[in-house]
Amino acid sequence: MNHVITNRRGLGAMALAVATLAATAGATSNEGGGRIAIKAGLIHTAAGEPIRDGVILIDEGRITAIGPAALLTVPDGWTVREAAVATPGLVDAHTCVGLAGFLNTDRVNDELDRSESVQPELRALDAYNLDDPLIEWVRSFGVTTVHTGHAPGALVSGQSMVAKTTGSSVEEAVMVPAAMVTASLSDAGRGGAGNPGTRSKSAAVLRAKLYEGLEYSKKLAGEEAPPRNLRSEALAQVVTGELPLLVTAHTSQDIVTALRIAAEFPHLRLVLDGAAEAPRVIDEILAAGVPVIVHPTMQRSGGEAEELSMGTARRLVEAGVTVALQTGYEGYVPRARVLLFEAAVAARYGLDRERALALVTIEAAKLCGVGDRVGSLEVGKDGDVALFDGDPFEYTSHCVGTVIEGRVASEHELWTVR
Amino acid sequence: MKTLLASLVGVAALALAVRPSPALEHGQEPGPDTASAQPENLVAFVGATLLPITAPAIDDGVIVVRDGRIAAIGARGEVEIPAGAELIDATGRTIMPGLICTHSHVGAPFAADSSDPIQPEARSLDSMDVRASSVHRARAGGLTTLNCMPGSGHLMSGQTVYLKLRLAVTVEELAYRFEDGSIMGGLKMANGTNPQGDKPFPGTRAKSAALVRQKFIDAVAYRDKLRAAADDPEVDAPARDLGLEALVEVLDGKRIVHHHTHRHDDILTVLRLAEEFGFRVVLHHVSEGWRVADEIAAAGVPCSVIVVDSPGGKQEATRLSFDTCRVLDEAGVRVALHTDDYITDSRLFLRSGALAVRAGLSEQKALEALTIAGAEMLDLDGRVGSLEVGKDADLAVLDGHPFSVYTQVLETWVEGERVFDLSDPDDLIYSIGGPGAGDDVPFTQCCANVR
Repeated sequence: MNHVITNRRGLGAMALAVATLAATAGATSNEGGGRIAIKAGLIHTAAGEPIRDGVILIDEGRITAIGPAALLTVPDGWTVREAAVATPGLVDAHTCVGLAGFLNTDRVNDELDRSESVQPELRALDAYNLDDPLIEWVRSFGVTTVHTGHAPGALVSGQSMVAKTTGSSVEEAVMVPAAMVTASLSDAGRGGAGNPGTRSKSAAVLRAKLYEGLEYSKKLAGEEAPPRNLRSEALAQVVTGELPLLVTAHTSQDIVTALRIAAEFPHLRLVLDGAAEAPRVIDEILAAGVPVIVHPTMQRSGGEAEELSMGTARRLVEAGVTVALQTGYEGYVPRARVLLFEAAVAARYGLDRERALALVTIEAAKLCGVGDRVGSLEVGKDGDVALFDGDPFEYTSHCVGTVIEGRVASEHELWTVR
Repeated sequence: MKTLLASLVGVAALALAVRPSPALEHGQEPGPDTASAQPENLVAFVGATLLPITAPAIDDGVIVVRDGRIAAIGARGEVEIPAGAELIDATGRTIMPGLICTHSHVGAPFAADSSDPIQPEARSLDSMDVRASSVHRARAGGLTTLNCMPGSGHLMSGQTVYLKLRLAVTVEELAYRFEDGSIMGGLKMANGTNPQGDKPFPGTRAKSAALVRQKFIDAVAYRDKLRAAADDPEVDAPARDLGLEALVEVLDGKRIVHHHTHRHDDILTVLRLAEEFGFRVVLHHVSEGWRVADEIAAAGVPCSVIVVDSPGGKQEATRLSFDTCRVLDEAGVRVALHTDDYITDSRLFLRSGALAVRAGLSEQKALEALTIAGAEMLDLDGRVGSLEVGKDADLAVLDGHPFSVYTQVLETWVEGERVFDLSDPDDLIYSIGGPGAGDDVPFTQCCANVR
């Protein structure tokens, strides 16, 4: 006997309470001209109170109506999909999927170029592998948008991008081709090939490079344009605030250094990443008005992140810091984290459930510069929806469909990659 | 000398192969089941939902603990609560057996070094730091029994050690023991890509298997020599070989092989070797176990499965599945779970069971996979892994259903003593994290007080 892995087998036994499957045949195609109606017992909109027995109408990729089923009629001919619970498609505020290869071998790994320590001209856009199985994996657990880029292993590793987790080419998937310049003041960005060896040297090199960018920006504003230099151009975009600077830092010492450096450049937009010890320097972070993309809730604690807490997000949210959650970078097994699970555990450790959901939807979307398009279920926004057969955070619930711009991009959770 | 060596054969041998237990040195009763509790230790938990694992759940139950063992268990009214028992109101709680992790690296129990791919003589016992914060985090997850072992970078990376997470500060005090006082553990082996490398490490799977076969052939010859010497006083016993001694214990079934293996063909290689030499083995990780479930079932070999959040990260883990537990269970394979801590977090071990349920394993089987099934794979099911009269009072006290994300481990008890208490700020950081969470000091203070 062959044991065939199929989620439907498992789901068939478990999802009895959910009348999902009946109306969904053929929903993967864009039948009905991209017109899809999603009915859910509970809709978390991330834009106000949840809607009970609600309907979301999506036409040509955008949400055209949302509200209680009693008030909304599904037009004839529309594809209907039902689930117990609907949420906005999840937005991962920082990941490396598409660059950190599934197989984790040299041929497929594009997460880090180690030839130099400062290379802001490296674009995730030119490395993003749409076919990496982990993109499909995370999509099947409700993720519709990722802010992805290089791993935190160089002082300045490159330019991140924001993309949908679908599309037949990176050009089709991409929402923001250059989202942030990614840097690291953590241990990962110190030592090793090409990187500065001490904290002082890291800071000195980063500052020097940012001043180079400042000079370049002045030349750009001058009479005669300088010869085009991609590196200087990216650095100039950072100091002028055109591109935020994402700095991975875990110890309070390194976090404060990031704040100190950012303060030298009035237009620089700093985003803190990881930030295991952020609770120690909440006042400083608040005073600087800097948002934090908190480490994955379940990130392994140890080394510079030994203080890492599953309650970090809660602490920062309660203090009023702007926060989003992420799955981050994983160098081994598992190669990718599941955003839903990270939010769930944050909720377990005291973060209000609606708030926890916001940190992986609207707050993440805003922080990544796509809050006007995704992250909440509102009329005019992209029709990106995640469907569940129960409380999305419960370990034993399932994502029973991921809809991106009105198309069912994943029918069910992947439990294995074939 | 000959007498001594002769006695090395068989059960009695192990007592001589290890140092006297610290319990003996301290003038206490020897033996494996010595409860650290004092004689007056008499506790009754009242009102909880009890999950005995080997029997149906009991609502509004009572569990009586005397001298570290379960003295009675049943529904309220059906169990007599002895006079003088300390009553603990556990209304609204769920109490299950302390969790058993069949594969853990907490306390850095690394054994073999990089000099050789085969080092069965290296003992985790001699590396294990029981004061490490990672060990206390395991208590915070409701774990009470661990199989602490070296990594998978060798064909044989050393001897594992089975630990009971008593609040104590030496590995001797935590180690499970055979009735003769000798310390219990298995042998860690691995195949696939992890143990491959530059010389002297193997470069291929075939070389890996050949090296292991030759070592077992050597062990069989060594055992034959020991037996011949035991049978005949005229025959000289072989010179003592620590590695082969461990392998003789494996051949004799006293020491179980805990075998890291991922790919379907690597799994079959393990089964082939186990059959050739007749050793007892538990397959660990078994990422592709679902592809050879019937073969595993036919071999009667149990599996200890890891659940991680995504496949990939290395070639062998590309086809791992959330479904593995269910498929193996349906094929008739006994299934346990493990943390592989630091790969997954001991504090969230219940989550591994929950994700197995998410992928179709029954709740009952998932509960077993966290408790009694693991106990069986460590030869400890007579002592732990279920709530039964006579077993050690190792308990995880929860505030809800074990497979709900919102449930927390409130307390962990070992042999009738509370070893973790979420309401204690010193313990809390080991559950959630925060300043001091990587630090051993508060825990050492706590343990010093207990002692």
